[in-house]
Amino acid sequence: MTATAVQAKVHPAVKGGLELEVTGVSPQTDAITSITFVDPSGAALPSYVPGSHLVVQCGTGANAYSLTGSGTAPSEYTISVLQVEDGAGGSRAMHRLSVGDRVHAARPRSAFAPTSNATHFLLVAAGIGITPVLSHARSAAEWGTAADLIYVHRPGAGAHVAEARELLGPALTECGDRASFQKVLAEKLTTQPLGTHLYVCGPLAFMDAVLDQAREQGWSTARLHSEAFGAAELDAGEPFTVTLARSGTRLDVPAGVSLLETLESAGKSIPNMCRKGICGECAIPVLRGTPQHRDLYLNDQEKAENTTMMCCVSRSQDEELELDL
Amino acid sequence: MSTIITDKDLDTAVLPERIRRFPFPFSADSYRYSANVEPAHKTVPTEVGSWGSFLIDIDEHYLSELQEREEILNKDPSRTAVLPHMRSAVWDAITTLLPIMAEEYPHAMSYHREGNACRWTNTLQNLELEFTIGDDDSLPMGPLRFLGSQIQDDLVFLDPREDTLWLDAGLVTFAADWSFGFDVGMKFMEVHTPVPRVQTEPVINRAHQFLLRLQPGEEFRRTNWTMTIGQRLDTSTETYPQWGPDRGTIADDPDLPSKLHLRVEVQHMLCLPHSGAVLFLIRSYLLPLTDIAQVPPWRERLGHVLAELPEDMADYKGITRYRNAASNWLLNV
Ligand code: FES
Repeated sequence: MTATAVQAKVHPAVKGGLELEVTGVSPQTDAITSITFVDPSGAALPSYVPGSHLVVQCGTGANAYSLTGSGTAPSEYTISVLQVEDGAGGSRAMHRLSVGDRVHAARPRSAFAPTSNATHFLLVAAGIGITPVLSHARSAAEWGTAADLIYVHRPGAGAHVAEARELLGPALTECGDRASFQKVLAEKLTTQPLGTHLYVCGPLAFMDAVLDQAREQGWSTARLHSEAFGAAELDAGEPFTVTLARSGTRLDVPAGVSLLETLESAGKSIPNMCRKGICGECAIPVLRGTPQHRDLYLNDQEKAENTTMMCCVSRSQDEELELDL
Repeated sequence: MSTIITDKDLDTAVLPERIRRFPFPFSADSYRYSANVEPAHKTVPTEVGSWGSFLIDIDEHYLSELQEREEILNKDPSRTAVLPHMRSAVWDAITTLLPIMAEEYPHAMSYHREGNACRWTNTLQNLELEFTIGDDDSLPMGPLRFLGSQIQDDLVFLDPREDTLWLDAGLVTFAADWSFGFDVGMKFMEVHTPVPRVQTEPVINRAHQFLLRLQPGEEFRRTNWTMTIGQRLDTSTETYPQWGPDRGTIADDPDLPSKLHLRVEVQHMLCLPHSGAVLFLIRSYLLPLTDIAQVPPWRERLGHVLAELPEDMADYKGITRYRNAASNWLLNV
């Protein structure tokens, strides 16, 4: 089998991140495959917060997958990918990876972190939703925090079942159908010790149903958590064009590249400090067009005036902006 | 804009390290609060040297400051606390910072990790240590005090929960007019309520949002400043009786230029990779006005900043009663 070289064109979502090598591909079920990556140079990989996801470039896009380990000083990263038949093709491309292939990935991102002062975890997973929850269960075991897991999977179609059984023992309840799940959930929601936090991952409707039911049982929102991919990051945004009024120069700002970076590569030096939209250094005057403000610096009124924008994070609502530069 | 004396008569080579490496924080002749946050590890050139290329700065005061910290902690245990749920964050800090130190000071330090077994060598302290990650008893004085015995920075841990940050652990022996023991367990926004203009200037809230959005592995820094009378790092609320009264007498003291120090804090903000906790490293530098005056542009700039500072901000910094005297001396009025 010939290993394919790492893709030459780096997707913006994984730029400046990691280059990883596939060291293992193992089918979990008919539709789910686990893929293991290491650093090709043998270097240690960054630790990650339990419940983190890894954005991997594969095919033409980049997709986020939950890491299944505890995150403690990992020597490898493992994700499990469900093949989505009517998806954009990302999962199919992932399923074609084989040992020795290289991919670009971003550093792990945290968007489903365990609450540090929880005294007990009630983990609820359906289908491929097991992946981030397994990470939580492993971490809880390492730090000696008790965890219960309710895992809904169709017989024969569940990933990581053996690992979950070994890790949780009697704290695992497996459900094969809706009715038995309803019964278990209703019971678990009313018998948890004080200080329990609930973490749920699965299809959207499933998560909503679990959260609704928990609220009905009097669980406060602060103790309920569901997986929300990408909540912690700014998305790449749409491409747009800027015109620099004083020179008439036109510049294209592609998706995933900031206006600040675009101006810099065109030889403009723009004062900047944080590059995160908080310090206010990189303000530039807007003459025409409506910026899409994504900064924390301008107040609502200033944002509404649309005469200034923070070029490190903000983009454009229109196809074109004219700047006083 | 004031005229800056030219560098002609400034022979930087003869200036001592403490001046050449001092993080002089002013870039203009006046100062206001701002979210002056930038990525860590960036070298900042100054008129006479530079600072900021390392995350952990070790200087000539390393051993003496750590000795001082040790004495403070022995006398007053309230300077350090770890709420039980923050244990993993403290270990996260150890396994994050020690490798960075070994990388930044390869001739003095080394770090090896094999699973959970670690070996740490610090030749500056003649220290060779083996410990097990996660086992608090494997370090002679517990994990946080151990970490505080290796770096000159104070440590404050913020735990992200319920869309806010909680100050739930730390080791703070060199506080500038605040009390860690009082603040522990509070929310980030509560800790900052005494800062004037917080209501009208959204800086603190912006900082809070920024810190909440930090992703694991990201490292930023900012500077802050105040003034301290005497070469005193510990100006915490607890020791106020020892240092507070000097504020009333320093203005008329002929030794003001050598006694009064510009105090600069370089604060690093790290999102720890495994716990996701936000770690503040606060490293304090003191430089007396006599040293500041050895760098004419600094002398003039600090003079103007002190003269111009609005009254409420001067009050908060505790410098109201002597800032004019200091400014007058600096500007030769
Ligand atoms: S660089 Fe700080 S707001 Fe843009």
